[in-house]
Amino acid sequence: MPANPFNGFTDFGVGIGLRVPHYQHILAEKPVVSWFEIISENYMIDGGRPLRVLDQILERYRVVQHGVSMYFGSPEPPNREHLKRLKSLVKRTNTPWLTDHLCWGSVDGTYSHDLLPMPYTFEAARHTAQNIREVRDFLEIPIAVENVSSYAEFQVSEMMEWEFLTEVVELADCGILLDVNNIYVSSRNHNFNPYDYVNGVPAERVAQIHIAGHSKFEKYILDTHDHPVIDPVWEVYARAIERTGRTATLLEWDDKIPSFEEVHNEALKANQFVAEMAVAS
Amino acid sequence: MNLLEIQHRMFEAVMQPLTASEEMQPRNRDGKSMHEVAAEFIKPNDRLSSFERLEIYNRQYWFRVLAALDEDFRGLRAIIGSRQFEVLSKAYLIDCPSESFTLRNLGARLEWWLRSHPEHIQPRAGLALDMVRLEWAEIEAFDGTAEPVLAPGDLLASDPDPQFRLQPHLQLLSLRYPVDDLLVAIRKDDSDGEMASNAISERRKQSRVQKVARQKPQAIFLVVHRVDYSVYFKRVEPEAFKFLKALREGKSLSATVVLAFQGRDIPECRLLGIVQSWFENWSSLGWFCGPESPGQEFISSLGRQS
Repeated sequence: MPANPFNGFTDFGVGIGLRVPHYQHILAEKPVVSWFEIISENYMIDGGRPLRVLDQILERYRVVQHGVSMYFGSPEPPNREHLKRLKSLVKRTNTPWLTDHLCWGSVDGTYSHDLLPMPYTFEAARHTAQNIREVRDFLEIPIAVENVSSYAEFQVSEMMEWEFLTEVVELADCGILLDVNNIYVSSRNHNFNPYDYVNGVPAERVAQIHIAGHSKFEKYILDTHDHPVIDPVWEVYARAIERTGRTATLLEWDDKIPSFEEVHNEALKANQFVAEMAVAS
Repeated sequence: MNLLEIQHRMFEAVMQPLTASEEMQPRNRDGKSMHEVAAEFIKPNDRLSSFERLEIYNRQYWFRVLAALDEDFRGLRAIIGSRQFEVLSKAYLIDCPSESFTLRNLGARLEWWLRSHPEHIQPRAGLALDMVRLEWAEIEAFDGTAEPVLAPGDLLASDPDPQFRLQPHLQLLSLRYPVDDLLVAIRKDDSDGEMASNAISERRKQSRVQKVARQKPQAIFLVVHRVDYSVYFKRVEPEAFKFLKALREGKSLSATVVLAFQGRDIPECRLLGIVQSWFENWSSLGWFCGPESPGQEFISSLGRQS
């Protein structure tokens, strides 16, 4: 859905992640980009160059915040200090919606700095949804949760991942950041059909879509964000937008980052699929 | 097994140090087989056992935090060597895992921890500690708060004994070794090394080792500060350092002058000139903020006090 309650009724096109190696190019050349996604934690600081660059970007571009450490599924409730810093950044960026991952990563105030997978149980869904509601109530903006790539499944799981995602977002009444690369990676690691996943999520709740590259190892695939998007992932993307309609789409490229043009051109390939979808419909 | 139990078990496994060959430990802290521990809550698949699936997360954790510490403390690594640095990093991260949402704060307790674990930085403990302090100060200065810089004339002229506030991001270090020069040299070597052949890299490594070996104690007083969003090191005289420390502690101007020049027999007119030049220089670097200003009125007030 191009505009829905979960992305603040906005209609963003194809964006890319704002990354340090591209700062100079963006500020000097002022390329036309629909929007940038920032990693919230990189700017939840008191001052200095990162905030200065962010302010310059905000003068010209639309920015959406994406977090990596809210850990909605962690045992403890959301950290108040973290939330205060995040809210301060939300006011600065005026992000129309905010995203973070459907995962956990900390226990008793100790952080793993990883996106650990959830056991797909009704208990975990209720707990996670409660935390999402608490964060949304504090921040007072729409929240969308992202499905993560995973490398392990739990013995206690009671449902498939997309069923768990659906359970959580409906209990929390929040949006979905549908990462089609993560769907593909997990489908290969856990032997499920990625189209079952895409067909199984509530399309009307998809606020945004992520695309990215990954690395293939002998026995599993790792979500590394250091390659172009492969064709099978684009195909999953095509099916996703067939269900959701044209949706704010963002390319993540976090390691071995090539030039700005290369990253942006890779992201803009998404428009071909949007055009094909429009013709087909 | 409920959610909390799974999370505690998995977290313990993920945080457990890797073996020397960077694999998951065969046994947990209680001596139980990790194959059994993993199988209790992780499903195997047709390619990976429960142990191997859990191991992916265990390895990711350690690779991530070790890389973050390595990036932040290149100077320390150069002083003690890569192998000793890795041992130190693992021991530190076991004792002081991250308690922050950001990896930026991973090294926040390193100096404190090293003071009670000096065996990790022998035989150059003094030099290594100074380097850690400098590298942490640089992190703090990079993204610390900057308040609006005061323009000359903002001084509360009516205050006969004004206070001056330093920018919060400013870091004041009293060091026993000239680690500022050493850190700059190490970084230059690292940056040159990125474009060099193996043979040249090896020679540069030797040159860096020699630089470290040559370091003799030499007390320096350093201000780590930010200009135009870049961090710089600026050495100051001992009196200037005492002066800045007193300002940072919120002392009044008169108390600051007394503290800075305690035990020094300097004629009043010369003292005025010294302090004036400091203020001119520091003002131009934007070091002052807050309600008071190092404007010309200050010089007048200084004259009234002395």
